[in-house]
Amino acid sequence: MSQKPLTLAEKLWRDHLVVKGENGAPDLLYIDLHLIHEVTSPQAFDGLRLAGRDIRRKDLTIATEDHNTPTADIHLPIAEPTSRAQVQALRDNTAEYGVRIHSLGDKNQGIVHVVGPQLGLTMPGLTIVCGDSHTSTHGAFGSLAMGIGTSEVEHVLATQTLPLKPFKTMAINVEGTLRPGVSAKDIILAVIAKITTGGGQGYVLEYRGSAIRSLSMEGRMTICNMSIEAGARAGMVAPDEVTFEYLKGRPHAPVGADWDAAMEYWKTLKTDDEAVFDAEVFIDADTLDPFVTWGTNPGQGVSLLDSVPDPASYDDPSLRAAAERALEYMDLQPGTKMKDIAVNTVFLGSCTNARIEDLRAAAEIIKGKKKADGIRMMVVPGSQKVRLQAEEEGLDKVFKDFGAEWRFAGCSMCLGMNPDQLGPGERAASTSNRNFEGRQGKGARTHLVSPVVAAATAVRGTLSSPSDLED
Amino acid sequence: MERISVFAGVAAPLKRSNVDTDQIIPAVYLKRITKTGFEDGLFANWRQDPEFVLNNAPFDKAEVLIAGSDFGTGSSREHAVWALRDFGFKAVFSSKFADIFYGNAGKQGLVAGVITEEATSQIWEAIDANPGLEVKVDLPAQELSYGDTVVPFEIDEYTKWRLMEGLDDIGITLQNEQAIADYEARRESWKPKTLPAKGV
Ligand code: SF4
Repeated sequence: MSQKPLTLAEKLWRDHLVVKGENGAPDLLYIDLHLIHEVTSPQAFDGLRLAGRDIRRKDLTIATEDHNTPTADIHLPIAEPTSRAQVQALRDNTAEYGVRIHSLGDKNQGIVHVVGPQLGLTMPGLTIVCGDSHTSTHGAFGSLAMGIGTSEVEHVLATQTLPLKPFKTMAINVEGTLRPGVSAKDIILAVIAKITTGGGQGYVLEYRGSAIRSLSMEGRMTICNMSIEAGARAGMVAPDEVTFEYLKGRPHAPVGADWDAAMEYWKTLKTDDEAVFDAEVFIDADTLDPFVTWGTNPGQGVSLLDSVPDPASYDDPSLRAAAERALEYMDLQPGTKMKDIAVNTVFLGSCTNARIEDLRAAAEIIKGKKKADGIRMMVVPGSQKVRLQAEEEGLDKVFKDFGAEWRFAGCSMCLGMNPDQLGPGERAASTSNRNFEGRQGKGARTHLVSPVVAAATAVRGTLSSPSDLED
Repeated sequence: MERISVFAGVAAPLKRSNVDTDQIIPAVYLKRITKTGFEDGLFANWRQDPEFVLNNAPFDKAEVLIAGSDFGTGSSREHAVWALRDFGFKAVFSSKFADIFYGNAGKQGLVAGVITEEATSQIWEAIDANPGLEVKVDLPAQELSYGDTVVPFEIDEYTKWRLMEGLDDIGITLQNEQAIADYEARRESWKPKTLPAKGV
């Protein structure tokens, strides 16, 4: 074949093209799967209603409740009136339009980006959208998955397509073997620190290399999840045996002849050898340490063995100013060792790190130990299914014996739309993805960490790596 | 949507870079289920400071925002655009916008124009020297002007056309109904369907 060599992202684009845009108009792409939740959908349904339009493909649409849902006393009505109204609006809208929904209390309820993969709806070769920026998570399966705004949600509901401008492609090559105590979260925090929060803008990132190949699906999801934190439109990993193994037997995975046809196609889903990326980045996995953030954007991170940087060390005046502001907000002094920073709260949760593997890894660290004095630790499984599975494995008991709160599934303290918030001035080690000012509560200070660093931190009370527990 | 062409308004300086959508509108304001009335959420945390620029005349009536680079990073919340619009802004200028914010702005009739960093500083200085400065935004010409100064701005052609025509995306797409149906006819059967529900 004399076809032009293509990257994975370009192949997915080609295979979903409905209309090629002319004269500066965007291409029109078909959308295979549309995930919705209560926060970004009410105005979209309103728009449909106003225009007298129906949903084109209810059979490619699925809803879950996650951002506002309480993680305690879930049998009671949601206490906060605006949260309750938003969840109720989703229930009303999905009932009116005939959309499948997994509501609070249902075993498939949970964070939208945990629910799709666990049902086997997320698979290679799809276009997946959701009114949530962390939709990039689903790219871990080798699909083109993007966060969209509410107008676009309405657009997809009405047409099952989306007008999109082509992206540039960036290869993130991660070669080598991670040391013990270093995980997928550390890779992505290091990537973002390297390319900065704006570095991925306009790009689809493809994570490649031996370190990525050796990750589980959970680890790959963690990495793709935070692509948006580098400003990228999407992140992806080419599917391989690990992907197929994860999918096989899941409720919505193809079966029989469909599985065979899918496999035949999925095996073509990789970047051609001669294809050229618009940009390439290299990360050495062998020398990577656990990574933590010190500032108020996910690019402001360092090795846990390092210290809080001095803003004066930045040549770029806007980076310097941002660092100064961040340190003031975070109440940190340049030169303070990261490991000397004491926290009040440890949050193990979010669509970045609340899958079963994350819970297992954290439980392994704290097993038989007690949390540090004065520390609050919250464990919020990514979905009700993850919660049930963890209970089957006895992980809930490990967490409770340790002194942690064992909660029901949802976004929780990742963004604090429900009652799970930090107080002003409180400091958290959080396995979530955003350390923005006020994200976890007004005036709250967030350090982004991996699940094992979160666990070790809960044991010692200061930012710690698992190896700190050995002596 | 209303057609946009040429308009003038008070310009407000937002001298910060990397303004993320959590700053533009904190998550607590996202709970509403209507599409309007988000003005009180705009920069809510910053506005608690009485000195914050938009709290004070003449900037409380500003219609054009001149922001630092990397405006609108973070979440996909379209509420960020609604909040700016509901406050009264018709245009935002920055040397760099986050992709999703930029796309959302275009869909809601908010002009998001890209100017250079030098131009940003220049306009900030002009506002400092003359608070209440009115700037004229000429979308067809892609120019922002005040006094004798004319600053060109960039906006992608297609968004500009849609803003000027006041066109809604869904209407444009539905003109391709046949092409969508054809695509659906050749879609592979292994692709997942959410209905009938499995695994429940
Ligand atoms: S867990 Fe956090 S990042 Fe993920 S979908 Fe929920 S709010 Fe968004």
